[in-house]
Amino acid sequence: MGTQLTDNRPVYLNLFKIRLPTTGIVSFAHRVSGFLLFLAIPFSIYVLDLSVTSSQGYEQSLQLLQQPVIRIILLLLVWAIVHHLLAGIRYLLLDFDIAIDKAGSNMTAWTVILAEICIMAVYVWAVML
Amino acid sequence: MSSVYVLHGLKPWLIQRVSAVYIAIFIIYSVFSLVTAGDAGYSQWREWLFHPLNTIAVGLFAIALLLHAWIGMRDIILDYVHNTLIRMLAFTLVIVVLICSGLWSAKILLLSAAM
Repeated sequence: MGTQLTDNRPVYLNLFKIRLPTTGIVSFAHRVSGFLLFLAIPFSIYVLDLSVTSSQGYEQSLQLLQQPVIRIILLLLVWAIVHHLLAGIRYLLLDFDIAIDKAGSNMTAWTVILAEICIMAVYVWAVML
Repeated sequence: MSSVYVLHGLKPWLIQRVSAVYIAIFIIYSVFSLVTAGDAGYSQWREWLFHPLNTIAVGLFAIALLLHAWIGMRDIILDYVHNTLIRMLAFTLVIVVLICSGLWSAKILLLSAAM
């Protein structure tokens, strides 16, 4: 009886209608940003290698990082670092039982979002413009 | 299914957090170095990277990052890839990418200083 009920449970997974809470958005973005940063590792090491082996290589690496497509990818990766760092600090606080309740964890999730908007605004203003 | 858990229990949880703290401190230090560097060029860049303390700091960062990335990618694969064969292939791919990245970083840090 129990298994039958369990097997017939309706599954409602319309991602356009389920409203993920702020904490869930920050949490999922932490995972997405971590995955993006993993993908960036080989390219980052390539640029590091290029930039230290010769002065021509150094100039090439600067030119490479100035390419419009690369600048957009870098913007995405800077966001990924900032979000992963801030949301990661939030997780460390949660590990120490800080802001573990619903109100507190909601507050820290919003703090992460607001702080990353501020940092990204500074980055765009200082580096992109 | 516990045999497919390449690392399990408290140890990876702790490695994840210890490496995270080191990575966070290193990022703040490198952003500080970058901002205070001003209009530095090729030689100053090399001077910074191949200063022994910075080489050690970057080397430790590379190790921390590879461990951190491995545990994170392992968790993602465990959550979304359920077919055992594809899961093993994904683990292998991630490990190969990370080990190659580690060897490449070691080559830069240890051999490029003499060039």
